[in-house]
Amino acid sequence: MADTIQSTTSSDASAGQPTGSVIRRFFRATEIDTRMLGMVGALLIIWVGFHVLTGGLFLTPRNLWNLSVQTASVAVMATGMVLVIVTRNIDLSVGSILGFTGMVMGVMQARFLPEILGFNHPAIWILALLTGLVIGGLIGTLHGVIIAFLGVPSFIVTLGGLLVWRGATWFVTSGQTVAPMDPNFRLMGGGTEGSIGATWSWIVGLLACVAIVVAIVNARRQRKRFHFPRRPVWAEYVLASLGCAVVLGAVAVANQYYWPINIARRYAEANNIEWPEGGLLISQGIAVPVLMAIAVGVVMTFIATRLRFGRYVFAIGGNPEAAELAGIKTRWVTVKIFALMGVLCAIAAAISTARLNAATNAQGELDELYTIAAAVIGGTSLSGGMGSIAGAMLGALVMQSLQSGMVLLGIDTPFQRIVVGAVLVTAVWLDTVYRARSK
Amino acid sequence: MTDHTTPLVEMKNISISFGGLHAVESASVDLYPGEVVALLGHNGAGKSTLIKILSGAYKRDEGEILINGEPADIRNPRDAKKYGIETIYQTLAVADNVDAAANLYLGRELQTKWGTLDDVAMEANTREVMGRLNPNFKRFKEPVKALSGGQRQSVAIARAILFDARILIMDEPTAALGPQETAQVGDLIKQLKREGIGIFLISHDIHDVFDLADRVFVMKNGKVVGHARTQDVTKDEVLGMIILGKVPPGATAGPGAMAVA
Repeated sequence: MADTIQSTTSSDASAGQPTGSVIRRFFRATEIDTRMLGMVGALLIIWVGFHVLTGGLFLTPRNLWNLSVQTASVAVMATGMVLVIVTRNIDLSVGSILGFTGMVMGVMQARFLPEILGFNHPAIWILALLTGLVIGGLIGTLHGVIIAFLGVPSFIVTLGGLLVWRGATWFVTSGQTVAPMDPNFRLMGGGTEGSIGATWSWIVGLLACVAIVVAIVNARRQRKRFHFPRRPVWAEYVLASLGCAVVLGAVAVANQYYWPINIARRYAEANNIEWPEGGLLISQGIAVPVLMAIAVGVVMTFIATRLRFGRYVFAIGGNPEAAELAGIKTRWVTVKIFALMGVLCAIAAAISTARLNAATNAQGELDELYTIAAAVIGGTSLSGGMGSIAGAMLGALVMQSLQSGMVLLGIDTPFQRIVVGAVLVTAVWLDTVYRARSK
Repeated sequence: MTDHTTPLVEMKNISISFGGLHAVESASVDLYPGEVVALLGHNGAGKSTLIKILSGAYKRDEGEILINGEPADIRNPRDAKKYGIETIYQTLAVADNVDAAANLYLGRELQTKWGTLDDVAMEANTREVMGRLNPNFKRFKEPVKALSGGQRQSVAIARAILFDARILIMDEPTAALGPQETAQVGDLIKQLKREGIGIFLISHDIHDVFDLADRVFVMKNGKVVGHARTQDVTKDEVLGMIILGKVPPGATAGPGAMAVA
């Protein structure tokens, strides 16, 4: 780690060699996606803008930490929505699937399992979560089979699903809210308990840095073995240090957000710690739901770029006929995509029910629209064949940033929706312009 | 090419109809190893449909396909590939949002021992095959969309020969190409022929294929008008077969031949 950072300083100097268009050469050498960079830029503008408008409330560890937790649920679903949209399909039912699987998990852990295992049994959260994942997967499979084998357009199937699963959510408890959740299950919702603290956050951050460096070194070694063109060495250093800086910066911010005084005081009393002069500062660290979302993002990126399945998803999106003629079982790929989407909805449901500490029949309403918007803002093309998992997660963060910024500004809900809607359309329009130009 | 060897492919009395329209009616064609057979006819004559039955894109209603004299069960493109049948479609059938290597290996990706895509190995093989076909090809990292017509065509051909095809079907192989690229494809066809691969060339333009082909089959209105060795007939006579369905003396008449003129 240490020598990576050291050598970066020297390579940065060499990167700034005075030649023609330095910026263009920089982007070509580092192979950074300029579109992605534009999104990061937009996000930073939004953040700084809100920070100024709210008089310094936005870019605080507390708000950024909350932002990360609030983004997790939609970000998880957005990763699956990318694959759905890449294959020229749509899933309007994700919010309702979230509601239904959330309700099932709620009933499992609050009513059904305690009767068998007793309250607070350590297996409850696992069984509840597993049930949710299986049911989510089955619902998705059902949608996929109807779309792929019965030939009903995905728009219609999932529009039906939107109504069916929302109705089913009501049906489970006749509309009653189920609460409270199992204490272990609740960790998935974040909060003081559901965060991993300073030490573990640094460990996670350092592991991520190691992973980044290993990935870059490994890719370079592979390309060297087959004598392919490689990035200049300084570009590798820039990428590695940039990645590590972002990761460690995020960890530092998460660790700057401390436990609320009341909870810290209770904790101190319970553990016989003397209450210090300036208050007890215990770092929250990274929240569990954020870790879950990041893990989902990594796994989904792996699936989308490193496995056959992912290759097929993009090939089908680019040219369904060619994919079929190449011998790809396109229908099964479609079924798998929707099954995966269902599982992701269940993960998102676990996060959101745990966070709310309740399963309600309105849970996940409108989430389908935020999920689709996140994927589309994140560069997923509705005409198929293009999109990235990271982009969609970034898109989710952009959407959530807008919302929570407007909440901080005290803007009313109706206006929030108007703004979010307008931003969505504008973002896609800008993207269309960008793509038309880059052709 | 004598009658004593077994044909590589024999399609016997193939029929297929789409909603009452007989796209192909009782058509028979055959192909021997190392032979180039041109399938000619107007647009809509049924030649593409007939050949899509061989490549597994359509299922025949009637008839029989023999590969090396044995009945072959071809229900989908995967089955066809198992028999060593590779097809280069008129529309090129490439996924143009992914790069050349991804297209070459589409549906047959190389995997590492962990089950992940072995992109590096695929790119290495792609560079080798493309280097043989089209040494000027350098754009390995870009989506196929960004390539010229000739480059796309060479990607499609590379895909077919990468997997040791024994039977190669080329649907309008030079339709999208300039003269130089057309000549390149011609050289390539001769090279593949020397390797003992049987090639079906499908075209509506006789000039594209007459000089390359050993035999021609002509189709009209879904039926085979007749077939002939190219050395026994002239281009004009073949044109007569295509346009009028008139069978010249050098050719063998089929079921679609014009009633006695």
